[in-house]
Amino acid sequence: MSKHLVIDGREIPFAEGETIMDAALAAGVYIPHLCHNPEFAPHGSCRMCMVTVNGRHSAACITPAAVDAVVENNTDALMAQRRTLLQMLFVEGNHQCPACEKSGACQLQAVAYYCGMLAPELTHLYPRREVDASHPDVAIDFNRCILCELCVRASRDVDGKDVFAINGRGIGTHLVVNSESGKLGDSLFDAGDKAAHVCPVGAILPKHRGYDVPIGERLYDLEPISKIGDVAAQEVD
Amino acid sequence: MTHHVSVKDVTADLLRQWEHDPYNLLQILIGVQQTFQHISTTAVDLIADKLSLPRASIEGVIGFYSFLHVQQRGLYDLLMSDNIVDQMSGSRELAGLLARRLDVKSGTTRADGAVSLGYTSCTGMGDQGPAALVNNRALTSLTPQRIEQIAELIEERVPLGEWPQELFAVSGNIQRRDLLLESDLLQGAAIDAVVSRGAEQILSELEESGLRGRGGAGFRTALKWRFCRDAAADERVVVCNADEGEPGTFKDRVLLQAYADRLFEGMALCAGVIGASRGFLYLRAEYFYLLEDLQQELQRRRDANLLGEDILGQAGFDFDIEIHLGAGAYICGEESALIESLEGKRGIPRIRPPFPVTEGYRGRPTVVNNVETLIAAAMIAVHGAEWFCSRGTDDSAGTKLLSISGDCARPGVYEYPYGVSIEAILRDCGARDVQAVQVAGPAGQCVPPSEFHRAIAFEDLSTGGSMMIFNQQRNLLNAVENFADFFVHESCGLCTPCRVGTTLLQKRLRKVVSGHATSEDLAMMRTIGSVVRESSHCGLGMTAANPILGSMEKFPGVYSEKLKSTGFEPAFDLDAALDEARKITGRDDAGAHIEGGGV
Ligand SMILES: Cc1cc2nc3c(=O)[nH]c(=O)nc-3n(C[C@H](O)[C@H](O)[C@H](O)COP(=O)(O)O)c2cc1C
Ligand code: SF4
Ligand code: SF4
Ligand code: FES
Repeated sequence: MSKHLVIDGREIPFAEGETIMDAALAAGVYIPHLCHNPEFAPHGSCRMCMVTVNGRHSAACITPAAVDAVVENNTDALMAQRRTLLQMLFVEGNHQCPACEKSGACQLQAVAYYCGMLAPELTHLYPRREVDASHPDVAIDFNRCILCELCVRASRDVDGKDVFAINGRGIGTHLVVNSESGKLGDSLFDAGDKAAHVCPVGAILPKHRGYDVPIGERLYDLEPISKIGDVAAQEVD
Repeated sequence: MTHHVSVKDVTADLLRQWEHDPYNLLQILIGVQQTFQHISTTAVDLIADKLSLPRASIEGVIGFYSFLHVQQRGLYDLLMSDNIVDQMSGSRELAGLLARRLDVKSGTTRADGAVSLGYTSCTGMGDQGPAALVNNRALTSLTPQRIEQIAELIEERVPLGEWPQELFAVSGNIQRRDLLLESDLLQGAAIDAVVSRGAEQILSELEESGLRGRGGAGFRTALKWRFCRDAAADERVVVCNADEGEPGTFKDRVLLQAYADRLFEGMALCAGVIGASRGFLYLRAEYFYLLEDLQQELQRRRDANLLGEDILGQAGFDFDIEIHLGAGAYICGEESALIESLEGKRGIPRIRPPFPVTEGYRGRPTVVNNVETLIAAAMIAVHGAEWFCSRGTDDSAGTKLLSISGDCARPGVYEYPYGVSIEAILRDCGARDVQAVQVAGPAGQCVPPSEFHRAIAFEDLSTGGSMMIFNQQRNLLNAVENFADFFVHESCGLCTPCRVGTTLLQKRLRKVVSGHATSEDLAMMRTIGSVVRESSHCGLGMTAANPILGSMEKFPGVYSEKLKSTGFEPAFDLDAALDEARKITGRDDAGAHIEGGGV
């Protein structure tokens, strides 16, 4: 007999050991998420997937599914909370969407549309961050990194290369490259790596591919993220 | 401060001492830092090579902890404790004095490499501040005279070991003793209890006593131990949480200093009950000065067969304790971050479940308990549940150690039965004209006089022990700002709301303090604050907005008197910024002013 939990009034089946996110994804119920990618161990850091479970605030991607769980996902209060969290991510980095090659196929942007986030009202932090164009095939724009650590996980767990790591603490937390110079070009990174194909935003981008798809015809220009899913899942690798 | 030894030799020695085990990375890095005042690329490369770790991960560990540096620090690395209570006793002025006297700017290292000066989070000396650290050694009761003396010692390059000992004197200041501190405990008696009466007997005694964790969360100790005992595993682990990072608390420091034998007794008792063979004491770096005494105490216990193999002659009862140091990170007091830190990593709170009782240190079932909890457990094993329940309330059995500091005549450690009122405490410690009491540190509550009848208890004002008193002359917003800064500094950075939200709150609060905020800013602080509270991953973030949200609710006056009357007010006042230009040019006509504007 299969087990069920309830998300926004709908019964959703789940298997033992699954999280609420796993069950929702399998059932086609969209819970906004950024740091989650079903191919990797959950991370629980972006907090976009915050739901309430029997009234308690929990992150769906790291909370085990349970038979007595009554989950609220698509409520006004939770959507408002997500809009604030999204704004935090936008003001933490430097996101010039109109000038970004990922625009239209960026998950941060797509989740923001979905949640109804308009222009940020929070104070921009305008951090000073670098662009690393040292690698022949792939560039990193640290201004757009949202610290989801998907590249860290992919490089460590799939590629077995540990090309990426996290340094600093608190608001000073930042992504670093494991090489003598700290540059991607001097690391073991390769355009064929899994880590090159998991970034949900425009931080890790292939070079020599300027605006192949015109704006207006890109992934999330055609369909909302709630229907079409993660950008990483669309990558042919 | 031995500069003639080579980085390679020292690093190699440390690697050997820590058994070339990557799980001991943090301890190795601390050793390098203490010897050379920084961790050079030579050391990082050597460690990376020998432990087969990516160098970026090693640097990531260094970058996480406040007391580890890749940049060379001064030969004398001075950090002033920056808790609000230190500030109230003049720490900022003393730091300024020291900066002038040594000609070094705060936050920098002097060009000749002799001295670095900076601030650090509360060093746990609230009853004898202003306090500081010099190369990890605690300095207390600082005065302008002592600052002068310290400056001279530094300019003459006197080695720390030859500094006058009174500079490093740390007093116990136990002001009130009750059940725990008054009763005695014979060495080995608690271990004997588990050996002779068995684990089940001890567990039911603990259950009956109702003992709950003293570190903050108040989890039932018997239940925690039982979960761990019942978890299937070959090896289990006992960890004593001596990170005591909550600003304003210092009672664990006093226990470590005067009651270490009871603590180790409690850890061995726990080991006997749950079947653990390994124990760790995670000692915050600020208490480094206690390390040697604690090591000696451990050795005495090994010699007495109270640690080691076949403890008290019981075949197979093997248990020993290692001390690991922290390196300046409040988050490492959170039990899962503490375990990450014990494993040599960045102190990032884990995803739970699994909880430490089933998967803790290296995946082994692990009990993490506060210093005071472990001592109470040892005492209960010997004196019994009834003895323990003779104090306290129905939901909060026994007594609680409180660290009392701030505006009162007799700061120090007070042991009270649970249920004691704030009023009674204030009377005992000689506090007059009190405006507010901060209970449980920045993460706790700021209690106004109208609520001084409230009690210290799990069911009312729950606390790990910090209690800071503010009299009517204090500006409460200074305290709120200090706490907001603390959370910005101590957020681990994993999750969005705490990483970014604490900084956004700090910025808005500064707008209030500088008199530029409007009611819209307060509304925005409420919005950000509740998102941080509701969506953060761990207890740090969940409580980080408390100082702001709490004071807005309980002390609205301190905000309203700071507000501008208009709806929108820019954080940056363009017209005011032109003031200097007006003075220089001698103009004050309409054209020299800008109306409105700003961001
Ligand atoms: C941010 C944070 C800091 C903490 N710091 C400490 C600490 O310094 N000492 C402590 O005993 N518990 C601390 N705790 C609580 C621990 O996570 C844990 O609950 C406690 O050590 C368990 O021991 P107990 O049951 O004996 O209280 C902290 C929790 C959080 C969220
Ligand atoms: S570069 Fe991309 S994948 Fe890597 S942490 Fe940043 S946002 Fe995530
Ligand atoms: S709440 Fe703060 S300290 Fe806790 S995991 Fe999130 S960022 Fe780290
Ligand atoms: S998707 Fe759950 S926290 Fe990021």
